[in-house]
Amino acid sequence: MSVQPIVQGRGIVKRYGHVTAIDHSDFDLYPGEVLAVIGDNGAGKSSIVKAICGAVQADEGEIRIEGKPVHFTSPLQARDMGIEIVYQQLALSPSLSIADNMFAGRELRKPGFMGTVFRQLDKKAMEKFARDKLTELGLMTVQSINQAVETLSGGQRQGVAVARAAAFARKFIIMDEPTAALGVKESRRVLELIQDVRAKGIPIILISHNMPHVFEVADRVHIHRLGKRHAVVDPAKISMSDAVAIMTGAMEPPPIEEQQLTPKAAA
Amino acid sequence: MTESASKGSDYESSLSAATNQVAEFEKPQGFVHKVQNALHTNPALVPLIVLVMSIVVFGLLLGSKFFSPFALTLILQQVQIVGIVAAAQSLVILTAGIDLSVGAIMVMSSVVMGQFTFRYGIPPFISVMCGLAVGTGIGAINGLLVTRMKLPPFIVTLGMWQIVLAANFLYSANETIRSQDIEQNAAILQFFGTTLQLGSARLTYGIIFMLLLFGVLTYALTQTAWGRHVYAVGDDKEAAELSGMEANKVLVSVYALSGLICAFAGWALIGRIGSVSPTSGQLANIESITAVVIGGISLFGGRGSVLGSLFGALIVGVFTLGLRLMGADAQWTYLLIGVLIIAAVSVDQWIRKVSG
Repeated sequence: MSVQPIVQGRGIVKRYGHVTAIDHSDFDLYPGEVLAVIGDNGAGKSSIVKAICGAVQADEGEIRIEGKPVHFTSPLQARDMGIEIVYQQLALSPSLSIADNMFAGRELRKPGFMGTVFRQLDKKAMEKFARDKLTELGLMTVQSINQAVETLSGGQRQGVAVARAAAFARKFIIMDEPTAALGVKESRRVLELIQDVRAKGIPIILISHNMPHVFEVADRVHIHRLGKRHAVVDPAKISMSDAVAIMTGAMEPPPIEEQQLTPKAAA
Repeated sequence: MTESASKGSDYESSLSAATNQVAEFEKPQGFVHKVQNALHTNPALVPLIVLVMSIVVFGLLLGSKFFSPFALTLILQQVQIVGIVAAAQSLVILTAGIDLSVGAIMVMSSVVMGQFTFRYGIPPFISVMCGLAVGTGIGAINGLLVTRMKLPPFIVTLGMWQIVLAANFLYSANETIRSQDIEQNAAILQFFGTTLQLGSARLTYGIIFMLLLFGVLTYALTQTAWGRHVYAVGDDKEAAELSGMEANKVLVSVYALSGLICAFAGWALIGRIGSVSPTSGQLANIESITAVVIGGISLFGGRGSVLGSLFGALIVGVFTLGLRLMGADAQWTYLLIGVLIIAAVSVDQWIRKVSG
């Protein structure tokens, strides 16, 4: 247990009226890993991730980020700490350009008088930054950074959303079903992007229904069931069908000492 | 790749044979597509072309009677009030809202400016400031109702229209302040009516204010973060919020600014008609929406340029004066404007398909 987790959640509870969406769940994300979160519909996998990023506030329990307890009341606070989220619905503004979208809510202003008094945007700097980031992720042809996002295909939009997260994340990235709306080829590109981002050393929480995708990119798989962390498994040591069986309750999870509660590197 | 990777990607092994052009950007093809794209990036282009064409056509039909500095600046004088109000309306419509209270705010503000000066003896300049503050305040209340109570803008401003208009009649006791009184005691109220004679061209401060206003708004909408956020909120409010914009603050600022601009329109209205009349400007609502729609701003929000509204207002002005000079029945003007509205929205729908 020498490695400090990036995110450590203990005994998190979230209730909506009489429904307990998260029931004393734990959560760990370690440096440099891709942690997949899987679970049946309604198991609470989205809820626990929302509790981590501040989209909902947990009723009980403790969340620590790099060892420090945090109490986010909005995703904006999480963002200020360097936590980026790629939403399933992408959160892009269709009529704005790629560059505008990448800098949404954190625009750069021109230096000097024009920036401070007239609040003029530094479009050149933003375009250059956006172009560099997209090129870094192998997503770019140069003349199109001012193209409106609505003129892009689904995979390209996903690429912009991932590039935005990768460009600004300092702590970690949460991705909610990043391949759900994509075709086979586009999904492949996004999986490569996930690996590129991990190679940069930024850990990723990947929420997905797609078992082949999860088993391909994840270092550890957090299986959520009935509002709890039911098991954490190593995708190299378990078959997809067993993972699904554990997820649906058809099979008992492996005993605690065999579970991948910490990543291989830390063990 | 690792062992686990091969487990997952077997079914995709044939992909290596597929082309690798996933994230390439395609070039649009064909002339029609180019036009569509040009209009998509410059939405004020259509109303500008219509404006220039209508000036040319009326100029050819009427000759120097129409195509003269006097007649062309007369159009500017006639559209200045609608133009200023249309600027306010454009902002709100860009956020996918609508402001039906613009006309009422305008009249209310002008009445406050007049009554504060003449009923309470407040220095005219202070009264003007109070009028501007009242307009901004009403706009801000609209914005708060839309964001905090989550009411549809149509309903909020429909209600506010009635409330403000009634308050205007109750407060002013339906009493007009005469032009001569204002001229003698509070000339600043007629500030925007001051004329500049350049040859046979007559420009008023109201016209100059309108043109400056459109310039400032164009700058704010295209060159500042606030402007980008106005478009993003109008496009998809939820996405704007998720990507880190404070959508509700943007909306309140837009409605408040709309109120302020309408109050300025109220001040300009005193300059235009000379007096302060609680019954004036009743058509400002529908005329401003007409200008915005003809100007190519999408009623669904997030698309269009505020300059389009200026062109839209001018198109209406050109048709009105041109047809009057031709001796046509005024109903022809309304008929043609109706055609223009439907045509403008059709073009908007077509331009949107560039994304489909």
